[in-house]
Amino acid sequence: MIHKIIFSYLAIMILGLSLFIITRRNPVHSVLGMLFMFIHVGALYLLLNAEFLAATQVIVYAGAILVLFLFAIMILNIREELEGELFTGSWVMAIPVGVALLIMLLIGLRSIRPGYSGTHTIEYIKTMTHTKAFGKELFTNYLLPFEVVSVILLVAIVGAIVLAKKKL
Amino acid sequence: MVELHWYIWLSLGVFIIGLTGFLTRRNLIVVFMSIELMLNAVNINLVAMSHYMQDMRGQMLTLFVIAVAAAEAAIGLAILIALFRTKAAGHVDEATELKG
Repeated sequence: MIHKIIFSYLAIMILGLSLFIITRRNPVHSVLGMLFMFIHVGALYLLLNAEFLAATQVIVYAGAILVLFLFAIMILNIREELEGELFTGSWVMAIPVGVALLIMLLIGLRSIRPGYSGTHTIEYIKTMTHTKAFGKELFTNYLLPFEVVSVILLVAIVGAIVLAKKKL
Repeated sequence: MVELHWYIWLSLGVFIIGLTGFLTRRNLIVVFMSIELMLNAVNINLVAMSHYMQDMRGQMLTLFVIAVAAAEAAIGLAILIALFRTKAAGHVDEATELKG
């Protein structure tokens, strides 16, 4: 019961804050809405017994990515943003596309069943602790993707410096 | 216990809101935020699936999605700054150089 109440609160807040983000005129308000949304998503991960990912969500998204967004907003001109059109002319097409995708996925998703069940049961994670179970999986079965991600981050660092330089 | 379907519907709702924002908003920064919304919807779905299938695979993918989202935000905002510096354009309909 308490589980359901917490889930309903988080779901309503996440959906409401998502709508808040895409309808605000001032981008700074959107960023603040996004901060609260990320914290609620982190709480949802806690509800799903993924403590390590909840911490990662708050540190990487709320800590790093949002600060990056705020820096970019600082460079752009906010005064100009406060007047002028909010939406492009393509909303006439975009809203039917969104609604059509929603209906299609709603019909398709009804048939999903969690069929197969693996070895990481709740009891197993409780005895191992989540971080340990996660790390063990990451550094054994997923070592190559982990290394590839480090290359992606290197490319991002170099690319961001090159793109933001004054003279190419 | 909350059923798996509720998590999937929640993630679907966030994804559709992100998609609509991506297609309709004019401000480039809000367009990037909509991409982050969509990535978060995918993450919710992956973690819920991982929990209900008692497997770590979904959570591994979530970690990789978070890393790629960070890289994407850095590159995207660098492109935005370069665009603003060369053309003083911060809106989707002002960058029309590539129009065929």
